[in-house]
Amino acid sequence: MNDRRVRFTLNGEPREVSVKPNDLLLNVIRDDEKLTGTKYGCGIGECGACTVHIDGRPVLACLELAVAAEGREIVTIEGLAGNGGALDPLQEAFLDNGAVQCGFCTPGMIMMGRALLDETPEPSEAEVRDYLRGTLCRCTGYASIVQSVIDAGAKEAAAD
Amino acid sequence: MYMATNTHILVPEFDYRRPGSLSEVLALAAEHGDRARLIAGGTDLLVQMKMERDAPSLVISLAGIEELRGIASGDGLTIGAMTTIRDVAGSATVRRQYAALHEACQAFSTVQIMVMGTLGGNLCNASPAADTAPALLVLDARVDLVTGEGGRSVALGDFFTGPGRTVLAGGEVMQSVTLPEPGAGTGSAFLKISRVVADIAQVCAAVRLVRDGDTITDCRIALGSVAPTPLRIGRAEASLTGGNGGLEAFERAARIAAEEIRPISDVRATAAYRRHAAGVIVRDALTTAWRRAGEGGGK
Ligand SMILES: Cc1cc2nc3c(=O)[nH]c(=O)nc-3n(C[C@H](O)[C@H](O)[C@H](O)COP(=O)(O)OP(=O)(O)OC[C@H]3O[C@@H](n4cnc5c(N)ncnc54)[C@H](O)[C@@H]3O)c2cc1C
Ligand code: FES
Ligand code: FES
Repeated sequence: MNDRRVRFTLNGEPREVSVKPNDLLLNVIRDDEKLTGTKYGCGIGECGACTVHIDGRPVLACLELAVAAEGREIVTIEGLAGNGGALDPLQEAFLDNGAVQCGFCTPGMIMMGRALLDETPEPSEAEVRDYLRGTLCRCTGYASIVQSVIDAGAKEAAAD
Repeated sequence: MYMATNTHILVPEFDYRRPGSLSEVLALAAEHGDRARLIAGGTDLLVQMKMERDAPSLVISLAGIEELRGIASGDGLTIGAMTTIRDVAGSATVRRQYAALHEACQAFSTVQIMVMGTLGGNLCNASPAADTAPALLVLDARVDLVTGEGGRSVALGDFFTGPGRTVLAGGEVMQSVTLPEPGAGTGSAFLKISRVVADIAQVCAAVRLVRDGDTITDCRIALGSVAPTPLRIGRAEASLTGGNGGLEAFERAARIAAEEIRPISDVRATAAYRRHAAGVIVRDALTTAWRRAGEGGGK
């Protein structure tokens, strides 16, 4: 099994890494790139803690081969804040609603919520719950998480 | 699910190729035969490999083959095997003309899996619980399979041969799924019962009716998660065809369907529960499809 050079964009920065065919994108992000915001929860697609955006779409980094990232644009939770560290409106809404308990599910929730808001500005509560159904919170703080996505949607619509 | 396996990493070692053309895929697949696996979205294959139930020496990605993606209407509908479940669910044509397939894709457990998983992967993985299988069975789908030698078209009803088994020969690739144009008075529906929405089915059912006034002129009923393969229930179909539609007829067909299936007990449900639930969702799906057939709009 030979190492491969793989080039992709990570949070706006061009990266070139050396990976083996059986390296998972999640481990490259966490161990090689030292971006530990993206979490390992179940490893089999069931919890959503490892959700990142690839070319703007929410995917599970635990079921993605790193070699398949060639030429792709990857955004993790660390990449959401703007220049100078200004938080994304959805991150602000999580803070305002106290939507974080232990925080383990939060990166996945925010990456999913962000993907939904990009597709569907001002989603309804039902749409938010449906979209987040594959992202699990063991602290069961769903009400404030869902409210945060709704609030951020309303705020972004008002700002437009 | 309890697993002694470490799902943190992928233990098996393999070589990886991502050809830029279908002919290269076919040449590689033919050369490596059983030692190679195709990877589409990877949501089934990588889980199998993490659990060390499968250890191919070569993984061939289909991600570079644009011609396997997309939905084209013409005489009926052709859906490329690499089209994601989410793109099928989002297609206005599928929603309007093939409601059962739209509902099957929407019923997928999570958005991330819908974004990653493909229609071809769902069928080729051949799980008895694959949501799109019963929907495509009642829609009279055919699948187009290809090797370097040429292609063949197989009725989906002849495609599945057992759990995880299909008629796909080593090195053969599924190119697309084709659906005939729905005729006038057609209505279809899909229903799924799972422990929670974010799970695969305990049982799922799809139906299609063709309606002429109060008469059912043609009918299909298929169930998933109730037998080694997704299953059409010919006896229940026959009980409806030629007769009048309505709750009484639908309940009779549902009872027949519940008798005909061969469910097992597993972590998701007991056989008795599956049998009962199958009857309920067949009745409800028939009622919905009948209404849709009458409206002439949603098929
Ligand atoms: C957490 C989780 C939840 C899930 N929920 C559901 C659910 O609700 N409903 C459901 O039906 N399924 C579900 N699945 C199963 C899976 O996501 C689907 O079956 C999906 O459609 C598989 O597509 P894929 O592209 O990821 O397949 P892959 O894993 O890439 O491939 C699956 C198999 O098909 C073969 N294959 C793929 N494409 C082709 C082709 N074009 N020609 C020939 N062979 C091919 C591969 O070699 C492999 O053997 C779930 C899986 C996970 C991990
Ligand atoms: S770690 Fe990827 S879904 Fe749980
Ligand atoms: S805040 Fe603890 S898992 Fe969600």
